[in-house]
Parts: sequence; C-alpha cells; structure tokens
Amino acid sequence: MSIETDTATANQIAIDREKGNFRYDTDYAFDAGVGLRPATIDYIADVKGEEPWVREFRHKALKIFESKPMPTHWATKDLEAIDFSKIRYYLSQGQKPSRTWDEVPADIKKTFERLGIPEQERKFLAGVEAQFDSEAAYSRMKEGLSKLGVIFVGPTEGLKDHAEIFRPWFGKVIPTSDNKFSALNSAVFSGGSFIYVPKGVKVKQPLQAYFRINAENFGQFERTLIIADEGAEVTYMEGCTAPKFETATLHSAVVELVALKGAKIQYITVQNWSNNVFNLVTKRGLAHEEAEIRWIDCNIGSRLTMKYPGVILKGRKARGEVLSIALAGDGQHQDTGAKMIHAADETSSNIIAKSISVGKGRSTYRGLVQIPKHLKNCKNNTECDALLINANSRTDTYPAITVRGEGNSVQHEASVSKVSAEQIFYMRSRGLSEAAAMSLSVNGFINDLVREFPMEYSVELKRLIELEMEGSVG
Amino acid sequence: MPSSAATEEIPLNSAAASTSASPALEATFAAALATAREPIWLEQLRRDAWAIANRDGLISATGITVGKSDERWRFSGHKGWTLGGANRVESSYTGQLPDLGIGANSTQIAGRLTFADDQLVGHSSHSADLARKGVIFLPLSEAIAKHPELLREHLFRSDHALGGGKFLALHQAYSRSGAFLYVPDNVEIPETFFAAHWTVSPGATLFPHTLIVAGANSKINFLDYYGSAVNNDSAWIAGAATIIAGSGAKVFRNSVQNLHARALSYQCDTTVCGREADVKNLSVHLVAQRARYESYSKLNGAGANLELDALTIASGTQEFDQRTFQDHAAPRAKSNLLFKNALLNDSRTIFAGMIRVEPNAEETDAYQQNRNLLLNPTAEADSLPGLEIQNQNVRCTHGATTSRLDPEELFYLRSRGVPKNVAYQLLVFGFFEEIIQKVENEALAELLRKLAREKFGN
Repeated sequence: MSIETDTATANQIAIDREKGNFRYDTDYAFDAGVGLRPATIDYIADVKGEEPWVREFRHKALKIFESKPMPTHWATKDLEAIDFSKIRYYLSQGQKPSRTWDEVPADIKKTFERLGIPEQERKFLAGVEAQFDSEAAYSRMKEGLSKLGVIFVGPTEGLKDHAEIFRPWFGKVIPTSDNKFSALNSAVFSGGSFIYVPKGVKVKQPLQAYFRINAENFGQFERTLIIADEGAEVTYMEGCTAPKFETATLHSAVVELVALKGAKIQYITVQNWSNNVFNLVTKRGLAHEEAEIRWIDCNIGSRLTMKYPGVILKGRKARGEVLSIALAGDGQHQDTGAKMIHAADETSSNIIAKSISVGKGRSTYRGLVQIPKHLKNCKNNTECDALLINANSRTDTYPAITVRGEGNSVQHEASVSKVSAEQIFYMRSRGLSEAAAMSLSVNGFINDLVREFPMEYSVELKRLIELEMEGSVG
Repeated sequence: MPSSAATEEIPLNSAAASTSASPALEATFAAALATAREPIWLEQLRRDAWAIANRDGLISATGITVGKSDERWRFSGHKGWTLGGANRVESSYTGQLPDLGIGANSTQIAGRLTFADDQLVGHSSHSADLARKGVIFLPLSEAIAKHPELLREHLFRSDHALGGGKFLALHQAYSRSGAFLYVPDNVEIPETFFAAHWTVSPGATLFPHTLIVAGANSKINFLDYYGSAVNNDSAWIAGAATIIAGSGAKVFRNSVQNLHARALSYQCDTTVCGREADVKNLSVHLVAQRARYESYSKLNGAGANLELDALTIASGTQEFDQRTFQDHAAPRAKSNLLFKNALLNDSRTIFAGMIRVEPNAEETDAYQQNRNLLLNPTAEADSLPGLEIQNQNVRCTHGATTSRLDPEELFYLRSRGVPKNVAYQLLVFGFFEEIIQKVENEALAELLRKLAREKFGN
C-alpha cells in the first residue's frame, strides 16, 4: 500500500526512534467532554445505542467507583497523581467497525501504516481488530473462521447482537466491585474485543488487536471478553504503542477469559505505552474442568503499570499459568504479578516472572496463591527473578501464599541479581561494545520467557529491550 | 481512604497529643508509675508510650484493635487481643516452678534470673570473676537504679515498622521485669545467661523485657524462656527484647515460648548488628492460643553477619503470626533467615518476611526461607516473603514452600519395617532437627526435643 505524504505529515511522523512515538491529528466526531458524571455515562450509552440493561450496569458501576477508596494502603502513592476530573472518558470517530481495508479512513490508515498492521494482517493474521482510540476502526476476519462460527466483535456489537452468548459471562469473572479501576472500566468501557470460539474449534492463527491512545488526557477503557467453549482453543495477542504526551493519561482495561471444559486460552500482551500513561488493568480468567489459561504478559512502557493477571481454577485438573516480563526504566514503576485462586482438586498453576530495573526504574512483583482447605493435590510453582542494572535501580517482591488442604504443595522462589561483571568482560574482550554486551546479557536473562511469545513478538521484544538498554550502561 | 491512624507507624519516643484511656486503665498506670519511683527520663518515656498506646482509642478495656487495612496485619485475626492491662495481677509467687533441667550442671550457666508474674523470684548472680571483668547481669528494675547512664542510652530504643506499635507502647509503659546484660569489650563468656519468665495467676499480664548490650569483640550466650507454671484460663504477655551487638561481637540468643493453650503472646525482638558482628537469634514457638512474633534486625555495621532461625509447632486452633524484617543498612553484610513451621489440627501460621537493602548496602548477601509442613488438611499456612532491593550489587533470594510429608520418604521407611506412626514422627522430628541442631547448648537442645515431643503427646 502506498501513501502520499506531504512535507507537514512527513515531519509529523519523522521521529522514527521508537515505534509509536508520534502523534497524528484527528477530528473527534464524538466527544463526551472532560470529567466523569452520570451524564457522561448517558452520553456514551446514547452514542453506542446501548440497551437499558447495559446503561444500568454502567450507572451502577459509577456509584461503586465513587465509593471505593484508592488502594494506597498497599499500592504506590503515585496513584494519587491521577485527576479523574481532567480525563476524557469517551472519544470516537463515530465510525462503525469496518469490514474491508478500503473502508478505513485514509488518515487513520496512515497511523496504522506506522504500526505495521496491514503487513501483519496480510501475512498471517486471522483477523485484525485494530483499536484506534475508543472504537474499533478496522475489523476483518478470514472467511474460514466465520464459517467455523467464531465471533470476533467489539463489546457494543457483542452485547447487542450476541447477547445470549456474552451476557451470561459479562462481568462475571471480574465483578464491577472487584476494585476501583474495574468499576471505572465498567462505567465507561468502550472498545475491546468480544470473542466466542465454539465447541471443539481450534483457531490455528492467533487473533490480534492493536491498541493505541491518541488524544491528550484521554483514558482508554477497553473491555475484552473471550469465551472458549468446550474443547476449543484460541490465542489472542494484544500489543500497544502510544504517542508521547506531556500530561498523564489513564488506561484501565478489564479482560475476562472463560475457558469451558477442556478449552485452552492463551492471552499475549506486549505493553509499550508512553512513559506518562497510568496503566491500571484487571485481567482474570476462569478455567473449568481440564481447561488451561495462560497469560503471557510483557510490560515495557507506561509510568505506572498495575496488573496482576489471575486464573480462577474452578474445575478439576484445570491449569493456570502466568509468564511475565517487566522492564522498568527511569521514571517507571512496573507493579506486576499474578493471582492463582485454586478452587478445585488437582489443579495446578505456574508463575514465572522476570523483571529488569534500569536507571531509577522500579519493578515490583505481587503475587497471590490460594489453596483452600477442602482441596486435594493442588500444586503451585512460583519463580520470580529480578535483574538490577544500575546502582539506583529498585526491585520489590511481595508474594502472599495461603495453603490448606491435603496433599497440596506450593513452592515460591525469588532472587535478585545484577549483570555479571565477568560476562560483560568476556564479551568486551571478544570485541563487543559495553552496551551491546549489556543488551545481550539482559536478553539472555529473559530469553527462556521470550521464546514463549509468537515469533514476531519475540523479535519486536528483543528490539525494544535493545532500545531500552541504550545508554543505560555506566 | 483507609484510616491513616491504623497504618501510620507510631514513633515511640515522641509525645502524643491526646489520651483516651478509661479511668480504670489510667489509674492503674498512674499507680504503677508512682510505686516504681524511676528517674525522670524513664518516667517521661513511659508517659509518652502510654499516650501512644491510648491514642485514637485503639486500646480499650476490651482489647487492642488492629487496623483492618494495615498490610502488616494481613491474614492476622483482627479480634481477640483482649487486654488484661486493667486487672494486672500483682502477685508474689512463692510456690514451686517447673524445673526445665537447664543448668543442672551449673558450670553451663553464667547467671540466672527467674520471674513469676513479672516478680523476681530467683537471682543466681554470675561469678566474682565475671563481675571483676565488668560484666553486669541484673534484673531490669535494679539495673535502672544502679546503672542509669547505660540504661538511658539503650532502654526502649526499639522502634520499628512491623505493626505492633500499640503492643510495644504498652510494653514500654509497664515493663519493669526482665534481664539486663552488659558485657564489656573483649570479654568472652562461654556459659549461658538464662532468664525465665513464668505466668502463674489466672489473668496475669506480663511485660518481660530483655536488654543485651555486647561490647566490641565480646562473646555471649543468652536464653529467654517464656512459660506457664500453671495452666489456667488466661495469660497475656507483651514482651520485648533488644540485642545490641558491638563491633566484632559474637552473640547467640535463644528464646523459647511455651505458654499454656489459653495464653495470648506478643513478642518483639530487635537485633542491631555492628561492624563485623556475628549474631544468631534462634526462637522456638510452642504453645499459646495466639502468638505474634516480630523480629526486626538492623545490620548497621559493614560486614555484619546475622542468622535468624525459628521453629514453630502449631496445634489445636492456635495461631502463630510471625513478621520479620532484615534491614541491610551497611555494605558487605550477610543475613540468613530460616523459619520452619509444622502445623497440626486446625492451627494456622502466618509468616511475613521482608528483606530491605538500603541504597548504600552494596555486596549485601541476604537470604530468607520459610518452610511450612502441613500435617492436617484443615491447618492453614500463609506466607508473605518480601524483598525491597535498592542496590544492584547484591545477592538476595527468598524461598517459601508449603507441603505435606513426602510420601516417598514415608514409603521408604515403611518398606524398611518402620511402623507408620513411627515413620511419621521420624520425618517430622527430622524437619525440626534442622533448627534444633543449631543450638550449641546440649541441655537446651535436649529440652527443645522434649518439648517438641510433648506437643505430639509422647
């Protein structure tokens, strides 16, 4: 696809150092204004043409959001920097999700071109749900998938056209009152993906969605619900890049996964918001009998990320896994972790978390593992490793483990280390620059987790880490 | 917003604004203060602490309230810390106290202090030889009178962030019993100093204190034993111990908590390690209805070496709540923590540990390990092992495991003809032995083995 670019546009998109580090002017056809009031909710519901029960759900959520305190008794005080009255809660081009590439407006295409979406879509992706600000701007699924009965839509469409599938699980894995930010999302959600994979259908290619934030002071509140019916398998990939702005923006998503008997869901995230974004996300999966849910989570961007993907192991022999990579640079706090709630016999869970703190960056692991008393033969394994690059880097580990019952076993291990001086010396003696040696060493530290990502993600990840490591030596 | 009063750390040495104690509590405190006739600085410390204990009404006649949103009390029961402060029993017990069999061979004991319901009932002082070297081993009240300058420097200086501020304040307001040990520089004493604290009367409220000041390059062994001479309805202990190890000092302190099944216990250990100091603090927790143990250690001196060990055997519906903090504030220091819990019946243990490495503490080597052995399906073990690392040139690891006995080990023993219950006990006692064998005093190690066996009813 060729794009005409005039000089002004070329200048605007010329900063090529980091993917997504540019801003593109767009006219926002719908704008709910600044701040959060019941009227904002009505406005969003009106624009989306939602049914009364969804509107009611949003209003109830707003009340819960207002009544909940900030969790600063355990979380960072940086949360207090969020001014909820200065955020735009809804913004959209007012466009329906497009079916074909030709229908996508040209200026939005230009932005997507920068993110490389069309190529990826052309090459091998089953369907692309590229989120441009609040509304899905582009959405297409290969015919084969449609024939299999796979539903891949946005929340508005999902709750309107497929209510019988999505409504029973909507807000059930993560109740509105779970925490302050899940309540906020429930009040103002827009955008995201609703996916249903029918019984026995194994989706071979990963489903993918790109998210972007492109308006100053604008929070993005996407809502994702993935249901894999009995024996179904699906992989979903979510990647984010966001332009850099001077004032903080808020991103607060809710992602619910439901894996019915014997189903497998893999959810992959590469998060690279710009360093002024508050990324406060609630992600949880419900695994029924013999089902498997895997969260593969990589956090590189944002000012503050608080994200603890969880799995409720509800059925016998269910399996949950969280693989997490966090990279915290100057001015960043990656507060990530995992939750494993065992609720049936013979369930097993595995958590592997690796974090790297660079410069004044701070990375935190918080974990929760619960095995109640009526359960038998449950297992959990947790490993968290932290790598500190500079003298003033910081890392914290706060796991919480509760075990009762018969034949259950839990092991938790954590270690903190630095890059070995001998390794660096060896590589330098072989002619590598110090920065290259450092980058190689850091990539080696997370290599076994990076391999779990799909190919193009792991390549992108390595590049991102090389970029972050530049200038961190000394 | 959560109540800030509950989460805020309470500085013990600053005067607080308002007190709201009930008249009965206030009268008890005033009477105790008047009777004691202490130096002005100490009276002031007690008044400050009393004000803090009563601030925000967190202590009432019915007990101590713990802030529900306080992370330092996560998993702990918030209720049930009923307080005996108002009905303090001032008994002078003359009856027989149990014989622990420690120091039967008196050459192993350097000095002995025995308290029943906080009253001194036995004092076998150390040898004239030690006295000549400048060693001081006295009951706290006597030490205050005889060595005010030493006490003023060190007494009630433990002040930390493990959540038990109210208990410590109450302790500081009332504590007059316990041992003070001072060993001058370069004095090495192979024998053990021994302090026993017994609960006797029903409703007894005890505030035992231990203050150990070890001079540079000194060497000492110290044992605290907290026990119940009589099993009755209730007992309440709020104890604190401070161990100050000077440069190159070698200190080995043991404590054993073996109260009765209705007792409530709060115990706070503060360990301060100077340069190149070598300190071991080993605690054993056996019987109480509910026991909270806080262990705060500060590695102030470069190259200090600290070992923290604990063994807990919980049975019935007992709750053992243990919070530890390894604060590395100096370079090249090493700390190693191992807390082992065995859980029977419907018991519950909580281990919350934290290693903090301050920005200047390079080449820190810190380890923290919690091992829970679940011997019954309805027992519950909670683990919160934490790390806060602010220097990159460190080696810090922690591990926590919770499991039952290894079925393969049991199978092996049974295949060798060992009956099931014996095999079970061998494995459980093997689990304890890792801690017990660190006790150098043979008599004490034997006592611990005996007490552990008693918990299993044989």
